[in-house]
Amino acid sequence: MSLSMKGDFTDNLGKIYTIYVGGFAFFVVLMAIFEAIGIPDRFIMWSYMAATIGIYAFIGIMSRTAQVSEYYVAGRSVPAIYNGMATGADWMSGASFVGMAGTLFVLGYDGLAYVLGWTGGYVLVAVLLAPYLRKFGAYTVPDFLGTRYGGNAARLVGIVVLFCCSFTYITAQVYASGIIASQFLGIDFGIAVFAGLAGILVCSMLGGMKAVTWTQVAQYIVLIVAYLLPAIWMSTVQFGIPVPQLTYGGALTQIAEYEQLLEVAKPHVAPFTNLSPLDYFSLIFCLMVGTASLPHILMRFFTTPTVREARKSVGWSLLFIFLLYFTAPAYAAFSKFNLMGLFVGAGAEANYQLAFTAIPQWMIQWGSIAGHQLVTICGVKAETVAAIQAACEAKGFTTGFPYSELKLNNDMIVLSTPSIAGMPIWVVGLVGAGGFAAALSTADGLLLAIANALSHDVYYKMIDPKADAKRRLMISKILLIVVALAAAFLARTKPSDILSMVAWAFSIAAAGLFAPLVLGVWWKRATNLGGILGMAAGFGVTMYYLIGNVYGFDFVKGTGDEISWFGVKAISAGIFGVPVAFLVTYVVSLVTPEPSQEMQDFVDRLRLPKGGTMMVQGH
Amino acid sequence: MTDKLPPEVAEAHWTKTRNLMWTTLGIWAVFSFLIHMFVTSLNNVVILGFPLGFYMAAQGSLIVFVVLIFWFSSRQNSIDEEFGVAED
Repeated sequence: MSLSMKGDFTDNLGKIYTIYVGGFAFFVVLMAIFEAIGIPDRFIMWSYMAATIGIYAFIGIMSRTAQVSEYYVAGRSVPAIYNGMATGADWMSGASFVGMAGTLFVLGYDGLAYVLGWTGGYVLVAVLLAPYLRKFGAYTVPDFLGTRYGGNAARLVGIVVLFCCSFTYITAQVYASGIIASQFLGIDFGIAVFAGLAGILVCSMLGGMKAVTWTQVAQYIVLIVAYLLPAIWMSTVQFGIPVPQLTYGGALTQIAEYEQLLEVAKPHVAPFTNLSPLDYFSLIFCLMVGTASLPHILMRFFTTPTVREARKSVGWSLLFIFLLYFTAPAYAAFSKFNLMGLFVGAGAEANYQLAFTAIPQWMIQWGSIAGHQLVTICGVKAETVAAIQAACEAKGFTTGFPYSELKLNNDMIVLSTPSIAGMPIWVVGLVGAGGFAAALSTADGLLLAIANALSHDVYYKMIDPKADAKRRLMISKILLIVVALAAAFLARTKPSDILSMVAWAFSIAAAGLFAPLVLGVWWKRATNLGGILGMAAGFGVTMYYLIGNVYGFDFVKGTGDEISWFGVKAISAGIFGVPVAFLVTYVVSLVTPEPSQEMQDFVDRLRLPKGGTMMVQGH
Repeated sequence: MTDKLPPEVAEAHWTKTRNLMWTTLGIWAVFSFLIHMFVTSLNNVVILGFPLGFYMAAQGSLIVFVVLIFWFSSRQNSIDEEFGVAED
């Protein structure tokens, strides 16, 4: 790419990404050839990591910028379809990529609550929020709240909610990138975290939103290819048709037969065996409303050239996300089918028990990874055949163990399936690169959401409104590094509690931000005090329930004083907070005086696409 | 924006926009929640190996969501154009 192209980068998008896809395909073929001529596996793995981080760094450096609007909203020049890809990468985290199929594998039908919850929310984004926030022309979500609800109090509450939902989330992404880097490169986790950190900063530091947008598009392409290829591979091997999303119906039928033979108590397609209907539907609700409230997703729609494009781009986003989420259940079904096949293959005469001598190599390999319990057989970590045999014999299984005694960790299904299904190492490396891309791209989106809120809203709007562009960008970049380092140091301690808190982010965002954002656009009568108290109440109730439900009142886990309302799980705590936020905003607004005529005119203009952005930002 | 839209035009535009919002959210609610409440009976219908209730949660609703957003955005565009408030 010549430098002369840089100025009109957006005019050449088609050309640039065609070259990129071609180059990526060439690279994958090259790796396949390397494998065929006997280049060591480790070298291929390192090449995947080095090449992908290299290209992200290249895009990041090419997209460096000294302009405020490019740094915060990519100059509002991202076409709908590319913004869709970037949102897809922003959205699909390391956990979606690595854990989704595994969750479906373990939970069966009930796991589909995640598939539904993490897609349907985009309808809310498109209809209720994205076009209006784009029209307003803010740089950050708290920026909108501050303007609509009369200043710094609302801005500050918005920042608190944003920080609570985004920081645990980014810690988990850094952790995930560290895990993937350490497993695929064979280096220590403590060092791998910083490799991940370097990968994250290189995309965002120099060019802010502009650089993150164009690397996210590149990362989306890597992650979707890496996700689809193994599923297509399994479908072709099993049924001869390379469309896993259609053929896994066959796998489901087979699984049902195997379940009879293996006496599985919870059939894969049967509903409500792991979650009650109440849990299932409240989880869907919280994930959907949370999707429509997460700042790092909403701010992606600030970058389109027009309001019209913002709407359309939500459709593209969901289409690109859909490609992964409708493949995940197929992935899960094929993996389950393969695994059950091992036990059914042992035959009725062996009571469908897998003989100790027939334990496949991968179970021991993945089972013996230090620090994680990925494969559990007869209740013990699957480190050696002898250890497994001893544990199973203690349970009365003398020749082998049944399917019910095998437990796989959710997180290993996707990463291990290529090696379990006997795919070559160039596919294994590709899947690793895909998982890494997923973790990096989400981390970058979150990092920008936090750093921009701190630099734009706290520093520029609240502390030093006279700061010039150069100073603001410098502060922003410093905060970026500080937040990233903080997340990396926290991730290094492997904080299990922080990681399980990620699921809370959706409920926190939903309860704190959904009502004030939606009512701010759709209800002129919403007043400053109503908005502020609504946010605070929704956020407060949800946090109270989350902490109370998980830790109880003495902040110690499992001491029995945990609260529980209607048996709702912590992950669905938003089911209380969202209605509370609406109710409080409504009631308080009605008892406070009507918003000024000026504010009502402001909302009127928000509703009409015509006339350019409303907020004129200084450069 | 210098010329302000006559209030009655803005009002009519917003009424149509709001109706479209309720229609879209109605369809969204059906495919997010309502249809999955009948999963057990839907599972008795099996197409190409897929029990229908399972299929709707794994693929059917998702396809509806994608199509729904594109449909919504083209409907909203024609509303904006009808009232002359679309971007130039």
